[in-house]
Amino acid sequence: MGDVILTMKGIHKSFPGVHALKGVNLEIRKGEVLALMGENGAGKSTLMKVLTGIYKRDEGEIIYEGKVTEFQNPREAQDAGIAIVHQEINMMGQLTVAQNIFIGREFMNGKLIDDKKMNEEAAKLFERLNINIDPAEIMDNLTVGRQQMCEIAKAISREVKVIVFDEPTAALTETEIEELFKIIRDLRSKQLGIVYISHRMDEIKQITDRVTVMRDGEYVGTLITEECTKDDIINMMVGRTIFEDPKAQSNVAKDAPVVLEVKNLCSGKMVKNVSFELHKGEILGMAGLMGAGRTETARALFGADPIDSGEVYVNGKKVEIHSPQDAVKAGIGYLSEDRKRFGLVLDKSISDNTCLATLEKFTKGIFIDKKKCDEVSADYVGKLKTKTPGIETAAMSLSGGNQQKVVIAKWLTRDCDILIFDEPTRGIDVGAKSEIYQLMNDLVKQGKSIIMISSEMTEVLRMSDRVLVMCEGRKTGEIPIEEATQEKIMHAATLRE
Amino acid sequence: MANKEKKEVKGKGNAFTNNPIVKSIGTQKLIAVLALVVLYLVFGLINNAFWSSATLINIFEASYYIGLMAIGVTFAITSDGIDLSIGTVMMCSALISGSLITKHNCPVWLGLIICILIGAIFGAMNGLMVSYMKLPPFIATLGTMMLSKGLGSVFTKAQSVTWPQAGTENGWFRSIFKINVDGVIIPTGFILLMVIAVVASILLNKTRPGRYIVSLGSNYEATRLSGVNVAKYRTLAYIISGTLSGLAGLAYAAIYSTILPGGGGGMELDAIAGVVIGGTSMSGGYGTISGTLLGVFIMSVLKTGLPFIGLQTHYQQIATGIVLVLAVFMDVWNRNKKKRV
Repeated sequence: MGDVILTMKGIHKSFPGVHALKGVNLEIRKGEVLALMGENGAGKSTLMKVLTGIYKRDEGEIIYEGKVTEFQNPREAQDAGIAIVHQEINMMGQLTVAQNIFIGREFMNGKLIDDKKMNEEAAKLFERLNINIDPAEIMDNLTVGRQQMCEIAKAISREVKVIVFDEPTAALTETEIEELFKIIRDLRSKQLGIVYISHRMDEIKQITDRVTVMRDGEYVGTLITEECTKDDIINMMVGRTIFEDPKAQSNVAKDAPVVLEVKNLCSGKMVKNVSFELHKGEILGMAGLMGAGRTETARALFGADPIDSGEVYVNGKKVEIHSPQDAVKAGIGYLSEDRKRFGLVLDKSISDNTCLATLEKFTKGIFIDKKKCDEVSADYVGKLKTKTPGIETAAMSLSGGNQQKVVIAKWLTRDCDILIFDEPTRGIDVGAKSEIYQLMNDLVKQGKSIIMISSEMTEVLRMSDRVLVMCEGRKTGEIPIEEATQEKIMHAATLRE
Repeated sequence: MANKEKKEVKGKGNAFTNNPIVKSIGTQKLIAVLALVVLYLVFGLINNAFWSSATLINIFEASYYIGLMAIGVTFAITSDGIDLSIGTVMMCSALISGSLITKHNCPVWLGLIICILIGAIFGAMNGLMVSYMKLPPFIATLGTMMLSKGLGSVFTKAQSVTWPQAGTENGWFRSIFKINVDGVIIPTGFILLMVIAVVASILLNKTRPGRYIVSLGSNYEATRLSGVNVAKYRTLAYIISGTLSGLAGLAYAAIYSTILPGGGGGMELDAIAGVVIGGTSMSGGYGTISGTLLGVFIMSVLKTGLPFIGLQTHYQQIATGIVLVLAVFMDVWNRNKKKRV
């Protein structure tokens, strides 16, 4: 293990309403792979954005090669030799590999772009990485794994000393992962400092030298990978004190009937053989890390994405779900994680949005019964305590919590018995949060059943009667609330095949 | 592009945009009304002959076919689409049904129905391509535009068709659009246009299909995830567009008599210009039938009025272009200003 090349000390960063980083330390050494771990929202990405100049820190120091530095923008960080390979691929699909790698700094031959020279230079990079990609190939023709290699080639095409991999294996196959690890080891032997962000425990054990753990924006500690176990890391990741008491026991009656049964549901690459039951009056928490396939499961169940195979039973009766209409008919409502894109017609009024899913209830003959629509909307504004000047206010001018209430009202007019809440409190402030919780509790008391997808551990433990855990499209755990702990959930959430 | 956000911006904007009348009508539409009045006054002041009933009839008659197409395409545009085929579908319908009546002994009443039906079929075709085959509306309707243009010519073997004249046995259909009582012309077409506009406006604003078309034009995914059969209602928008194009074919035949094969190209853009001048949003989610009519009438007044002040019809295109850009610019400018406040 070599000398320290970069140190981050006591980094603070706040956004309006959120203290995202609270004095985080990080030490990157030459010729070493450092794992950066933490739950969703622990602050890993924010920290890396501070490092690479995308965000400016509020407090703290960055010491790079012995000097205190501050990067004003990503370009400065790149010029200084700090590169990041993002999780999502940022490539122009219709350009060639070489054109992508050298975008913004093309080799020129007088006033014309010298594509030949760029292809040669790109070929040299791939040689260095020991991979075989044709620089003249169109980017779209490559597999995701190969595209990722191009991202790496792009990163090392500059003089680079520190390289950050942000969940690089999320979309890769086993062989591609092997290929990637070979490259990473190779870069390590060339004395680069490497930061590796991943949720996959076995990869961490396989490729990294040290592990730094973050939790809720704070630095927890650093371990030597060889000397620690998976459980050590998990304990550090989840070892927070929970201020809100988790639910002590399930509120569901022992003999509560099963309202929804899902058998071997498969949809696309992200939902593999998922089976579960939902009881009347139950809140079923769905936990897991980013990309575990929870939203995909919900979308398939709701008919928003096609179901490849599997069976769905509502109240014991088999239902065929091919579209959201089918799901709605079966009494299933879905509150999307992305309210603005999928939940609301933003430029329309509260009244319009409330009645959108149930217009047939609000028609007199062929005409829309605007008066009835307004009455019902106003009624829900009162019941749900939606803060708004009036029902004619456009949905876009409401706060996140109040927008969520409009979406809830929309599904309540439908009288759905099964409601899927996907990240119900994302982007919602604390006060509105407990109102949404109260609402969900009221709903199950009235006999509705809820599936709640949540990435917040405290929310899962506080609200659920039972916790279902997913990892990479499979169900990896089903834990009664009485036995659920953060450790157990996290353990199941990182259970790879 | 239209006054999407207008109604909710309270306490902002200037005295003009805060005026309750302006608010209820919408800035762009109000400007359109003013433009229409000013144009009518200016043309008349320069040449008093413009203020005659005969000229008014001319203005009306120039509006029927464009107006019907424009009302139809308002639905397609509001659904966040476009229908480029309306012009050629109009001509194709008039050509085929006209040929059936004059050369194949088809009863007039049946010919009229066929004319509208042809439009509806082309509209359904557009709708299916857009909603179920997932083709971009621009491409799908561009294809239909070319197809309908060729099909009409093929049917009549590239011959033009002259519909039966008024006063002849089969000329009664013209009274749908124009009745001549001892030299006094009753513009029945104007009445028909108004009736259709009112029906269309109610359909768009007060019924479920209309609400769904607006809603899916504003946010397709959110509407789909609300359990609405979006494909069906999107198809409906194109069927309305096509059907009214078929009806526009009748209007064209009644006013201009002779239908040339392969015609109609370019007329769709006049109709779309009318829709845009009237304030309907090209990005979907907001449409206004009354605005569309205003836009169409502005163009008709220009077309009819410019010769009265000594300018040839080509100036009409220049003037329409300027009005189009100005109308939309004023709306965009007004909204940007509000955002800044």
